[in-house]
Amino acid sequence: MQCQICNKNEATIHLTEIADGVRTEMHLCELCAHEQGIAIKTNIPINELLSSLLAVQPADDQLSGRSDKGLSCPHCGFTLDQFRKEALLGCPYDYEVFEKSLLLLIEKAHNGKTTHCGKFPSRVPQDARKQVELLNLRQQLETAVQSEDYELAAKLRDKISAIEKRKAVC
Amino acid sequence: MAIRIMKLTDLSNNINEWFNGSGPLADIVVSSRIRLARNLAGHKFLSRCSNAEKFDILRKLKEVLMSLDLGDKVFYISVDKAPSLDRHLLVERHLISRNHAFGKGPRGAVIAQRESFTAMINEEDHLRLQVLKAGCQLSQCASQINHIDDMIEQKLEFAFSPRYGYLTACPTNLGTAIRASVMLHLPALKITGQIEKFFNAARDMNLAVRGLFGEGTEAASDLYQLSNQVTLGVSELAVVTEFESTIIPEIVEYENAARNQLLSKQPDLLDDKISRAMALLQNARLISSQEALFLLSHLRLGINMHKNMGASTPAIKRLCTLKSRSNTDEQAGVSIATINRLFMLTLPAHLQLNYGKPLDPTHRDALRAQIIRSALNG
Repeated sequence: MQCQICNKNEATIHLTEIADGVRTEMHLCELCAHEQGIAIKTNIPINELLSSLLAVQPADDQLSGRSDKGLSCPHCGFTLDQFRKEALLGCPYDYEVFEKSLLLLIEKAHNGKTTHCGKFPSRVPQDARKQVELLNLRQQLETAVQSEDYELAAKLRDKISAIEKRKAVC
Repeated sequence: MAIRIMKLTDLSNNINEWFNGSGPLADIVVSSRIRLARNLAGHKFLSRCSNAEKFDILRKLKEVLMSLDLGDKVFYISVDKAPSLDRHLLVERHLISRNHAFGKGPRGAVIAQRESFTAMINEEDHLRLQVLKAGCQLSQCASQINHIDDMIEQKLEFAFSPRYGYLTACPTNLGTAIRASVMLHLPALKITGQIEKFFNAARDMNLAVRGLFGEGTEAASDLYQLSNQVTLGVSELAVVTEFESTIIPEIVEYENAARNQLLSKQPDLLDDKISRAMALLQNARLISSQEALFLLSHLRLGINMHKNMGASTPAIKRLCTLKSRSNTDEQAGVSIATINRLFMLTLPAHLQLNYGKPLDPTHRDALRAQIIRSALNG
């Protein structure tokens, strides 16, 4: 593809702008892009990239009539708003809880791929219920410590270590 | 505490194995690295963890990692409690990331003495494993890290989903959670004004480029780190194979073509770069880290062109007959190991740790110039 400005060099910079719902594309060579004052960022901060990817999603949510907006993870209390700010998830179950919103982002970040291919651990965590239970108990433990209910905290700690020991025996 | 300080000074006085100039294709592919990200099952990711939970994760992982047979002595560093200069040193040596060094909360690093293996605990994920080797050795890195990962999995369960693979705090690492990277020395592409071609090729192949030992993408040292970005839907083997059979040969060819171009069409330009670098490095009384890296890169180019292409322009001849004080062998001339050593040992934290106390920038520049002069004037 040729540069739209000089019509000589090959276009290596492709810009897409969406303003007021109108999409415009520009294809430029490096020289013309430089002359137009277009700086090429080779190191885009990851949270900036993720935020911009997530930003295109509300339309998608509206289409299906369902939105993850306002939804919070029952295991870690995480919300999508927090993800937009920090670009990091709260717990492994967020991948299930926010699957709909995350899928587009995952697809974009991984060149269209959405399914794992590669190493499987020799011990795949068999009992998902147990993992959820541990997550929930740790969450309760934190709340108990924060509210200075040390009796409850001690009980929860014992329960967590009992489950973990059971896991070690298996 | 005494043991930790002793070990760090041991590191700071020496060059690491993966940066000693050996290994396949080492004139251009300086080193290879594989990183894996893992999170413990049954725990939240770190952004939602209290310090108590972070400490619990740290304790579990440290215990398991320190008990592994890694074929080398390992030591542990409480990164959150380490002095700032020590943390800078570990970053300069590529043993831990800047985020890990200056992050928040309980965190640590398990480091093998020969520095081919590091584990960062509580970085962005609970565990980040890293294996580093000299030259082009990604397959060897991959098989070693896979073995270490297997040993850990015997004792701990990682968060994993059959659909998404290893679950990571950031969805961009999801799947194999593997980051393969090579450190490339590309001075001829830079001198001949073709470095943009390399950036564009990397972008087209979905790879990330980062300048090393400097600020910004255009590294003063002409050393670049090239790494994969896609971790889902592509196996570990496919990532490594693509690097070894397609990506690395292509970039090595670009750089070699640029070196040949310099030699056959622009020998004066090449000699000018090398002569200026020698003159400044042998005589400067004050030299910044950035300037030293920039000039040392040209010496490295000259030595490698002599070694691998038989180049013998007047400046290269002079460079290769320099009597270097740091040469241990009988052979005259500065070795690549000496240049790499100067690259690393004149970085700010290395200088200060080896000097024994913090120095202001002017004193650092004077000490750096003195170390380089002494190494290059036999």
